[in-house]
Amino acid sequence: MDSQLLEEEFVKRVQSGAKIESNDWMPDGYRHLLIKLIHMHAVSEIMGVYPEKEWVPKAPNLRRKLALMAKVQDEMGHGQLLLRIVEDLAAPYGKGREELLDDLVEGKVKFHNVFHMEARTWADAGLIGWLIDGAAIINQASLLSTSYAPYARILKRICAEESFHMQHGENVILSIAMGTDKQRKMLQDSLNYWWYSLLFFFGPLETTPAAQKMLHYRIRTKTNEELRQKFLAKYVPRIWSLGLTIPDPTLHYDSKEERWYYTEPEWKTFQKIVSENKGPKSQERIALRRFAQDQHKWVRLAMTTEV
Amino acid sequence: MSHETNSLVPDQLTEQQRLILVDWLIQLADDEFIIGHRDSEWLGLCPTVEEDVAFSSIAQDEVGHAAFYYELIQELEGVSADYLAFHRPAHERKNSLLVERENGDWAYTIVRHYLYDLWDQIRLDAMVESSYVPLAHGAKKMKREEYYHLIHFQHWFTRLAKCEGEARERMKHAMELVEQDLDDLLDIGVIESDLISWGILTKPPVEMRSEFYSQYKELCKDLSDGSERRIIFSKQVSKGRMGQHSPALASVLENMTEVIRFDPNAQW
Repeated sequence: MDSQLLEEEFVKRVQSGAKIESNDWMPDGYRHLLIKLIHMHAVSEIMGVYPEKEWVPKAPNLRRKLALMAKVQDEMGHGQLLLRIVEDLAAPYGKGREELLDDLVEGKVKFHNVFHMEARTWADAGLIGWLIDGAAIINQASLLSTSYAPYARILKRICAEESFHMQHGENVILSIAMGTDKQRKMLQDSLNYWWYSLLFFFGPLETTPAAQKMLHYRIRTKTNEELRQKFLAKYVPRIWSLGLTIPDPTLHYDSKEERWYYTEPEWKTFQKIVSENKGPKSQERIALRRFAQDQHKWVRLAMTTEV
Repeated sequence: MSHETNSLVPDQLTEQQRLILVDWLIQLADDEFIIGHRDSEWLGLCPTVEEDVAFSSIAQDEVGHAAFYYELIQELEGVSADYLAFHRPAHERKNSLLVERENGDWAYTIVRHYLYDLWDQIRLDAMVESSYVPLAHGAKKMKREEYYHLIHFQHWFTRLAKCEGEARERMKHAMELVEQDLDDLLDIGVIESDLISWGILTKPPVEMRSEFYSQYKELCKDLSDGSERRIIFSKQVSKGRMGQHSPALASVLENMTEVIRFDPNAQW
């Protein structure tokens, strides 16, 4: 069968709901998209460790400290599970763990915009758990129906853990919201700082050619805007119920059109943060990753050498 | 008078028994809390992603053990576990100097933790039959977790120690550094004889220490050059158990209390 026919056959299968396994035949385009998507997801989980990890030593009581340690460990674990999937997909190109992590240090793979930002206060640390993990669940739950079976299986576990994280974050935020004036001010300030990053998190309004291809291959089944609308529907009422002000006076729900209207984030500014690693904390955190990669070469060598 | 067969009941302790017990529990709690804290600083920086996950589990176990000990003190003293963990100044802390040292390189981290866990194992063994029943129960539970920590660090230790080149050099250097703090780690202070006479510990600390050192000498044989290692122990008087600490502990505490200091009236 020529490759054109194989491709058509493949697309027909995935569009009718078939699931693809790692050793099934797949078009190169499909493989490339998967590698790009899951590699970015994996390194985002790992880079997501750093903003919260900074708050583990500062967590204000034993219960919070233990919970945050467990949460951050989960994120690292997600990174590990996802890297295993990318390793299988990238094996035909001779790429393994070391190369996939080197790509991060060398700026060849991007990670989510939110992890370029600074976690300035304990309220930021809580808000990351509540709203960023909340946003991530919406994104990842939509991928549960992905045509690539190994990814779907791992996502099932990730979503279950993320929902714990969201509850952990919500609990931290509730304590602050019910607290002193100083605490409430800290929380409002945190929401102001993160709001537009959260909107950007779901990606641009228009469906890019790559996104179009992912929909075509059933790697994804929802558009960015559909996911953002879900997020707004779920979290705006919760944010309001805490007495917080969302820093967007135009934000409102149009019940006729059944959609939320909002001020768009500054797409270009945020895009630059992601594509050029130019966020407030991008370089500092990449340097931590570089430390883990470079300073421990001797350890990895020792662990793999015959003695 | 021998107390060995009698259990110590929490609300029937003499004032002196209570003071001795609290001193000992603070040593245990502070050791576990600070090593767990140091472990947690490694997250995201370990040699592999797998080790990041494993080491974090160990860190959580250690902080969990600290919480257990702090809660025992809470019952005896009426001061909250959180207060004990977060609000005491450095000079009231009784952790060993070894656990407060900065993390250093991976070799130092492994050597420190392995030797700490070896001592902790011996310490727990001497408490599983403790006359203070809540402590004996806890020791039994903790031993189950520490068993896995020991296997983990033993694996790392022997693997790195048996390597040639950079790994071996780093391990030797790390052992020299850790050795300087061993006497301080193994010290129990002036309460030693009371711990034995009241059956809080069931093995004399002298024997515990000699057990530790003979295990350590055995380990040194793993160094790949095969030469007899002369172990140089610091002759300095113990400090950690007396509340005398290095600047490293002050900076840990400074960092740890940032949120609490932000608004001292707040609940978090």
